[in-house]
Amino acid sequence: MAEFAMSGPAALSGRKMRNGVRGIFAAVLLSLLFIQPHNARADEDVFAGLATTQFNTIASSVDQIAQQGGPRALPVLRALADRKLFATREGDGLFIRTDSGWEDARSGASATPDEETLRPVRVNNRVRLAVAAAEAELELVSGTPAERQASAMLFYQRHDPAMLPAIDKALSKTDDVTLKNTLQDARAAALLSPGAPVSDAQAQQQAVAKLKAAGGLDARGVLAQASTSEALDPATRKAAEAAVSSIDFKLKLWGFGQDAFYGLSLGSVLLLAAMGLAITFGVMGVINMAHGELMMIGAYTTWLTQKAVLSVAPALGSFSLVLAIPAAFLVCGALGIVIERGLIRFLYGRPLETLLATWGLSLILQQVIRSLFGPTNVAVTTPPWLSGSFHLGGIEVTIDRLAIMIFAVVVMAGLMLVLRRTPLGLEMRAVTQNRRMAALMGIRTARVDALTFGLGSGIAGLAGVAVSQIDNVSPNLGQSYIIDSFLVVVFGGVGNLWGTLAAAATLGVGGKALEPLVGAVSGKILLLVLVILYIQRHPRGMFPLRGRGVES
Amino acid sequence: MNASLSFRGASVTAVIVVLLTGIMAIASLLPASSPVQVSPFIMTLAGKYLAYAMLALAVDLVWGFAGILTLGHAAFFALGGYAMGMYLVREIGARGVYGNADLPDFMVFLSWKSLPWYWWGSDHFPMALVLMLVVPAALAGLFGWLAFRSRVSGVYLSIITQALTYALMLAFFQNGFGFGGNNGLTDFKDILGFDLHSPYTRAGMLFVSGLILAGALLAARYVVGGRFGSLLIAVRDAESRTRFLGYRPEQVKLLVWVFSAVIAAIGGALYVIQVGIINPGEFAPANSIEAVIWVAVGGRGTLSGAVVGAILVNLGKTLFTAWLPEMWLYGLGALFMATTLFLPQGLMGLMHHMPKKRPSEVTPEVTNPEGGEA
Repeated sequence: MAEFAMSGPAALSGRKMRNGVRGIFAAVLLSLLFIQPHNARADEDVFAGLATTQFNTIASSVDQIAQQGGPRALPVLRALADRKLFATREGDGLFIRTDSGWEDARSGASATPDEETLRPVRVNNRVRLAVAAAEAELELVSGTPAERQASAMLFYQRHDPAMLPAIDKALSKTDDVTLKNTLQDARAAALLSPGAPVSDAQAQQQAVAKLKAAGGLDARGVLAQASTSEALDPATRKAAEAAVSSIDFKLKLWGFGQDAFYGLSLGSVLLLAAMGLAITFGVMGVINMAHGELMMIGAYTTWLTQKAVLSVAPALGSFSLVLAIPAAFLVCGALGIVIERGLIRFLYGRPLETLLATWGLSLILQQVIRSLFGPTNVAVTTPPWLSGSFHLGGIEVTIDRLAIMIFAVVVMAGLMLVLRRTPLGLEMRAVTQNRRMAALMGIRTARVDALTFGLGSGIAGLAGVAVSQIDNVSPNLGQSYIIDSFLVVVFGGVGNLWGTLAAAATLGVGGKALEPLVGAVSGKILLLVLVILYIQRHPRGMFPLRGRGVES
Repeated sequence: MNASLSFRGASVTAVIVVLLTGIMAIASLLPASSPVQVSPFIMTLAGKYLAYAMLALAVDLVWGFAGILTLGHAAFFALGGYAMGMYLVREIGARGVYGNADLPDFMVFLSWKSLPWYWWGSDHFPMALVLMLVVPAALAGLFGWLAFRSRVSGVYLSIITQALTYALMLAFFQNGFGFGGNNGLTDFKDILGFDLHSPYTRAGMLFVSGLILAGALLAARYVVGGRFGSLLIAVRDAESRTRFLGYRPEQVKLLVWVFSAVIAAIGGALYVIQVGIINPGEFAPANSIEAVIWVAVGGRGTLSGAVVGAILVNLGKTLFTAWLPEMWLYGLGALFMATTLFLPQGLMGLMHHMPKKRPSEVTPEVTNPEGGEA
């Protein structure tokens, strides 16, 4: 046990010789630590105090158990906290009630006490606190690395000066850097808390500096209290006050960072949704109100791919998303080409009529999906490699949202490449700039139109894959994105991908920035109004196309 | 030009509307045993259709004659509805669930102590009329003044009208906004002392709706029939050229825009009285787009076509959703596509194509005189 406590996972690696030596060393060190002059002898029954009815005795017994350690310490303390520890009315027998019966508290062997003679060991707040502290203390010594870190955090959060000896003890035993750091923070917090042993001004100020460096809400709480505490040196109080405002400032900055992250993540979803529109609307002048439905179909393709992969090769289930990306692109792209050939090509030059026709199409697509898969949400699972989050300083970064941001950037870069570096892109730009001239140069404009619309639709499918990871997948999915994505395209300036990018980021971050000020819905309303007003001032968006091709 | 802009069809439609509603109103008062009695259910439906016809007429005015494809006219419709709804809710008085004479039920429920300032005077019918006319007109005026002055046009205008009604919908969904949130305003008892559920009130309301619709048709015909109408169409078909000739297109558009908003608002008020509920769902952008298709089906730029289209499409909706609820969206979707593909002039255009005697009432649209709309 001692060996694992000292060296953690490293002990599991194959270097037996060194570990053996280290283990012996650790055991010696441990025994030295545990046998302290005032402490109970190993054969003294520290558990006896639990069998009394005096809360004080029980609490001090808990402390002793924690100091003595041993294999029975944690189970007994947990039983006490859960009110499963019973004592005999006469004498000092202690039993733990288990699911199947009883066991002796001291040995852990199953037992059959006379239940008539048992009474629960009473617990009050003082005892409960003592138990929690003792548990943390024990886990600090004997737990897994994660448990030890967690109990160190507990010490830090409670910053009870009474735990200073335990913290010092643990500090002297560990050489894990993270754990040591947390323990030092805990020590500093305890030193500054009310009831701490008198310390000199220098130690206090070191503690303040340590907490200031640690930052966070816990440190702020301790420092705020310290700044008004009479027990501390005036200079310390002043330093604590300065530290509080420094932490406040940092927290605010991190808060901005967090908002910016959420905003950018929202913006990247908007960007994905709007990019396809930027192609169909910006390049071709077609107002595709069914764009949201193409996204919805992309999301359903993701769901179907996932189902298919799970039924064919369940082992690859978590990678179905990778497969869904090309699948959604192809399905929606093909659908887009069909739509262009079957409907839109008859309406060129009448953009407002396209709007109505594609709106009708969107109703039909919704109803088709509803008839096929039902009106309720379908469950698209997020693969394990996209779940979870990590901390970047004070910012919590969720992996799925980060992945969507990266995905949006990759799709945008890919789209740029297609437009700038491929023959199709060249032809597309030529047709946009001067359709008749392009046709005279031998470009088959009809084919270019179909492919362009297919490309825009395929990107809508990609957006659907991304959205399926963070939103409900239902036949109504498209409706909630269509207004926003049109606003993004119009706000950014039609026919300009950079404008779309800027508009998506602005709307995403702007929405998140307004949210804490006026609330989520009002923020959205305010944003809509601001965009409406902006378009009044700049009718062609942030980055309007210039040149002779542009009307008036 | 003058002949093509007379819109005789509008007067004919107005007369037919008045006659039909009059007959229905009388028939609804017959005893239930009579074979020609019109049931209250049909009366409510008819009232709803007339209200929608007003909305369609409003859309036709701006889309058919000024070329502004509005995707947010339901906002004015709903605002008018809310103005009337406020009065009707106050009329309930102490007969509400909570029996509070001063506050509507939903405010008691939110434990508000007094009416918000913008409810001031809402217990008077004239005030309801003023609110119904002034609020949508003011909003339309402000929005139009900003938009037309900076020459926001075409698709851009469509998108921001949609954003406008969407923003209003979000606002009205909020409880704190003071209009009943999600549930809107409902459970009305009477209007000007007449019981809303009595057959006589229903019959009277339907006839009044018919009269108002006929009046709106005639007013619209007057507006678009004269010199102003010619100017409107000039702006629609060649805005820059009209500007170069010395006219102010933005003022022309603003006038018709505000006039249209007021007609929509009156429609909304009629809707609330006869249907008995108004909620934020009426602001939904989809509603505005549906109104556009009524106009497209009937025939854009014909006035009477809008009325006919609204009534026919909604009749179809009622029948479809009763018989084949799943098929309705297919039907509506197909209607959108078929109309734009095969019937660009709507039913009215179809009618006027058959006897090729006089020039079509439909004003032909110059295709892209200035190189495209977008």
